[in-house]
Amino acid sequence: MTIKILTFGIMRDIAGAERLEMELPNGANVAELEAALALQFPSIRRLGALFIAVNAAYANPDTVLSEHDEVALIPPVSGG
Amino acid sequence: MMDIQLHRETLSPEYCRQYVADPQAGAIVEFVGLVRQQTKGKTVLRLEFEAYEKMALSEMSRIAGQAIERYNAIKISIHHRIGVLQTGEIPVIVAVSAAHREAAFAACQYCIDTLKVTVPIWKKEVFEDGAVWVSAHP
Repeated sequence: MTIKILTFGIMRDIAGAERLEMELPNGANVAELEAALALQFPSIRRLGALFIAVNAAYANPDTVLSEHDEVALIPPVSGG
Repeated sequence: MMDIQLHRETLSPEYCRQYVADPQAGAIVEFVGLVRQQTKGKTVLRLEFEAYEKMALSEMSRIAGQAIERYNAIKISIHHRIGVLQTGEIPVIVAVSAAHREAAFAACQYCIDTLKVTVPIWKKEVFEDGAVWVSAHP
């Protein structure tokens, strides 16, 4: 399945794009997406943290993904 | 009751204060953030804020709801700016009304402290010799 991903802040600089698409096996979860991202973008490991949001809410590693989800990469936030 | 907004234009502390005014309130506490001129001894030219807008609004609403429940706050207004800000401008306002001052102080502090940790908004500091995403690296 193809997962559509939004990037923000430093994660957009690392990815070099506002939107990414990644191929994952059907039924893949957030932990598998994180592993695939770390392979494609090794500098993610230098970030203080990287959270994954699914449909605009923080997701757990075991959250299962589907093609219709809106997935976003949330590097350390710095609002306020 | 809550009023949660993201803005591209100047924020208004008066608006937020008026929103939370209530006949049941004995206190209003309002936090107004400001863009500092210096960070770690370096002069900041400007700040650039960006948000995952849909999620930022829902996260701020969740935080305000928790503050109302935990501290018995009456009304909460949270406004956050996005886009380019100059020194002295206001990136964020949190206004809270409650029956007594202790609850109003506590709820206001809870909202701004939690906002800074969980709301998907990112700040880039632009200096004369470059720019950094704040907090990105440990």
